[in-house]
Amino acid sequence: MAYNDWEPVIGLEIHAQLLTASKMFSSDSAAFGGADNEFTHPVTLGLPGALPVVNEKAIDFSMRAGLALNCQIRNRSVFARKNYFYPDLPKGYQISQFDAPLCEKGFVEYFLNGEIKKVSIERAHMEEDAGKSTHFADYTLINLNRAGVPLLEIVSGPDMRSPAEAAEYARMVRRILRYLEVCDGNLEEGSMRCDCNVSVRRKGETKLGTKVELKNINSFRFVEKAIEYEIQRQIDAIESGEKIVQETRLWDTAKNRTFSMRSKEEAHDYRYFPDPDLLPIEVGFDWLEKIKKELPELPLAKARRFQDQFGLPAYDSFVLTQEKALAEYFEQTAKVCGNAKAASNWVMVELLRELNEQKLLVQDSPISSQRLGELILLIENKTISGKMAKDVFLEMLKNPKSAQEIVNEKGMSQITDEGAIVKIIQEVLDKNVSAVAEYRSGKNKLFGFFVGQVMKASRGQANPDLVNKILLEKLK
Amino acid sequence: MISEAQLKRIAELARLQLTEGELALYPKQFSSILEYFEKIAKIPTEKVEPLVTPTDMVQTLRGDEVKPWEHHNESLANAPERSGNLFKVPPVV
Amino acid sequence: MEDIYFTTITSLRDRIRRGDIKAREVIEKYLGRAQKLNQRLNAFISLNQEGALAQADKIDQMVASGKDPGPLAGVPMAIKDMLCTRGLKTTAASRILYNYVPPYSATVVERLEAAGAITLGKANQDEFAMGSSSENSFFGVVKNPWDENYVPGGSSGGTAAAVAAGMSVAGIGTDTGGSIRQPAHFCGVVGVKPTYGRVSRYGIIAFASSLDQAGPMTRTIKDSAEMMEVICGWDKMDATTAKVQVPKWSTQLSSNLKGIKIGLPKEYYSSAFAPDTQKVIDQALAVVREAGAQIVEVSIPLTEFGVPIYYLVAASEASSNLARYDGVRFGHRADFSKKPAEDLAEFYSRSRGEGFGTEVKRRIMLGTYALSSGYYDAYYRKACQVRRLLRDQFKKVFTECDALLTPVASTPAFKIGERIADPLQMYMNDIYTTSTNLVGIPGLSVPGGMSSEGLPIGVQITAAHFCEEKMLNVGFAIEQALGIWKKVPNGL
Repeated sequence: MAYNDWEPVIGLEIHAQLLTASKMFSSDSAAFGGADNEFTHPVTLGLPGALPVVNEKAIDFSMRAGLALNCQIRNRSVFARKNYFYPDLPKGYQISQFDAPLCEKGFVEYFLNGEIKKVSIERAHMEEDAGKSTHFADYTLINLNRAGVPLLEIVSGPDMRSPAEAAEYARMVRRILRYLEVCDGNLEEGSMRCDCNVSVRRKGETKLGTKVELKNINSFRFVEKAIEYEIQRQIDAIESGEKIVQETRLWDTAKNRTFSMRSKEEAHDYRYFPDPDLLPIEVGFDWLEKIKKELPELPLAKARRFQDQFGLPAYDSFVLTQEKALAEYFEQTAKVCGNAKAASNWVMVELLRELNEQKLLVQDSPISSQRLGELILLIENKTISGKMAKDVFLEMLKNPKSAQEIVNEKGMSQITDEGAIVKIIQEVLDKNVSAVAEYRSGKNKLFGFFVGQVMKASRGQANPDLVNKILLEKLK
Repeated sequence: MISEAQLKRIAELARLQLTEGELALYPKQFSSILEYFEKIAKIPTEKVEPLVTPTDMVQTLRGDEVKPWEHHNESLANAPERSGNLFKVPPVV
Repeated sequence: MEDIYFTTITSLRDRIRRGDIKAREVIEKYLGRAQKLNQRLNAFISLNQEGALAQADKIDQMVASGKDPGPLAGVPMAIKDMLCTRGLKTTAASRILYNYVPPYSATVVERLEAAGAITLGKANQDEFAMGSSSENSFFGVVKNPWDENYVPGGSSGGTAAAVAAGMSVAGIGTDTGGSIRQPAHFCGVVGVKPTYGRVSRYGIIAFASSLDQAGPMTRTIKDSAEMMEVICGWDKMDATTAKVQVPKWSTQLSSNLKGIKIGLPKEYYSSAFAPDTQKVIDQALAVVREAGAQIVEVSIPLTEFGVPIYYLVAASEASSNLARYDGVRFGHRADFSKKPAEDLAEFYSRSRGEGFGTEVKRRIMLGTYALSSGYYDAYYRKACQVRRLLRDQFKKVFTECDALLTPVASTPAFKIGERIADPLQMYMNDIYTTSTNLVGIPGLSVPGGMSSEGLPIGVQITAAHFCEEKMLNVGFAIEQALGIWKKVPNGL
């Protein structure tokens, strides 16, 4: 996308809800939902005298994420209080991290339009979520079930230059967090939230323009659309002589535009200071090493391995590694059938089409990787043709039996007996004497017609290679 | 001397409505208190790590276990205004 | 029957455990006396009438059925109203919590009750423990039982007055900058602030988290030791409690101080004390010398900065700790029915403005200022840096001696109303007690004598982190030699 002589500068703040069972600082459930104010231990409610105690798993998960984002992990990080008043913030402060975050100075690589791109990660810090306000005309209701749920805030550098880059970076972060099983990355339910900082500047300018923060974006598609809208809005504003105001704007999905959140922007002074209720988090060598050892193979590394090990094209390898479960499905299929390229094609084309149509996760696929591998194997050893295999595949979606069993039941196995094929061909030629004459007089195009007739007569079971070979001989 | 404007800004940050008496009393009191506090400015502290918790302790971490809280009624009974089990406040935004 | 008032924990619980006296009888009598004397002294905000009797009956049943009723069986306790008590109003002496009933009890209260102690009532105090006189209470001024024209000290003035007046056998105070030791000194009782991290803060309304520590207020050192054994120790609900062994202090007390070095920080002694206070200190020094201790002069050059560091740190933490009192989930909310709030800021400001008293507001303001953008480095951060230097000086001093002996305050109790108009003057009186909290070491006040006006004067002993036993022994030696603790106010 070109913006004439303007350059957009984009940075993302991704809030990822960590998949712990309990909250960041209390034994309340961190699950989505619950009855009104059901998960409200005195710590969650901020009752007088209640004290926070850190959930060890939240630190584990944050370190896992930090390492996967190539961050340095501080051996001593500090929880700080961010002080502000809001009805869904029970204590009058949010426990977060300020000048000593757990993870900092990392980077993420992602794949876009055939190239690998890189975004720096300034920091990834732990914090607690606020509660939920529901607004009505003359009152507001507060539910604190979500208050205190652990979040990891991942702050990128202002490194992205297009809406597509921002969206693809965000997708990669989501993918990584899902691989690590630390966040389910559900934008619609809010378990992952993307705030986008957008500014524009004239090409060649080194100073950053005034940035605007975009919130309330609940899908990657909207990340792209909201940023795109905002870039154009800012360029138009500056070109017509206006100044960009530093503000928070919300994305309006229905109207496809961003709008200003507050008319009078309050000057914030969060008065961060170290939380005296919590000691600094010390991460020793052993703890860090343990987390490092447990890290799974990450999407990009997996994609690269698929290219090296299986000779897959870059594009295929990135599609197959979007979800860990899909990558595992593919690898398993490839192992069973012994042909990675064929496995890749079957998974990417037939399987993904069916799963998308039925809105199923690969984990819930009606055809297991074992069964798909066996199906491909039948093509490999020439029991059935590729075309027949597609029919078997469709049958397998409804039928739990193995590919071989289905082939047997339907008498679908390929005819590779030359004598039998010769017989079928002879019958076809006998019925089409005039066409044979035309062919022999030079109408070569008719060859396809004969192949079709033979395949039809054999109900698709004749081996196509043999049919071609014998037909050519007979038509000489 | 701390100005009345500064005082009002702090009161706003702290969300405290001050009485006329307090508004009259605080500027002078604050000025003398702060002046007294500023004694510490003369102590050299370059490169001194601030001390928050006074004793050396090992952090206490919690295992990731859910224990449902069972005394909601007692907690919620303290709410000044409620709608069902939700807290109710004047309209926000 | 022996007098059950002005008795000790050890004596009373032994009698109850033996079945000589019923816990119910003890509690009925104490409730009656407390109710009567409260009209004069205002030491309690509320009495736990039904709850205390129910607890007493449980103790009596245990005694009757031969079960162990615990080391504090049947002992009535005045619990400072900073500690949450499930089902029993807990106010921090503030209008903002005047009707708050906690759904859970502080760990300290749970441990006391599990040990058989009985929560007699909730003791009056300065609002949110901010004050040194117990004059800043939404529920009225507390009076000193020795002379009702005088303050009992603060902020744990209600607990101190209740114990001194025989309205309770013992009690719990909280000490953020001297709030146990100074009222103990003013009321002639023993008050102990354990090492920071010894006692769980869970369920104790926070004033300044890095300084607050609850502790016993009793008639004797041994009683305090008994209570400390119950309340001290790691708590999974408070991440700042220490995983340190809790000694059986009560069985190890010794007034033999041979081999103990007692330090006199010269900075503490550089300014003049009231003549009576000086006399008491001199007498205490003579006692500890007699008991075999060696006296050495030590130096803590940063002493004079203790008060500014303390008030900056405490006010900063308090400004954040008290943000939760917003009228949303509990506590006072201003009446918006006639004049609705124009915006959210006004909704908060009016409730908080009405709910907090002048001293609390003053400290929230100071703390907000000290943390605000542009001032953080010069105030809060600077104070924390000097705090570290101060701790280093104390650490060094405790390589030269085992305990420090100092006054608690430069004078005995002062008159009600005498100092309330000048907050800075009030703050500066905390010079001898605040450093203890800043560096986290334990400190106590033990009765050491009486002023010419008949007001008690305490002696402060402090020791290194987690070295309570040396501190208790020095206090024990003074207590045993002088016997001041046996004195009782007239006319009560």
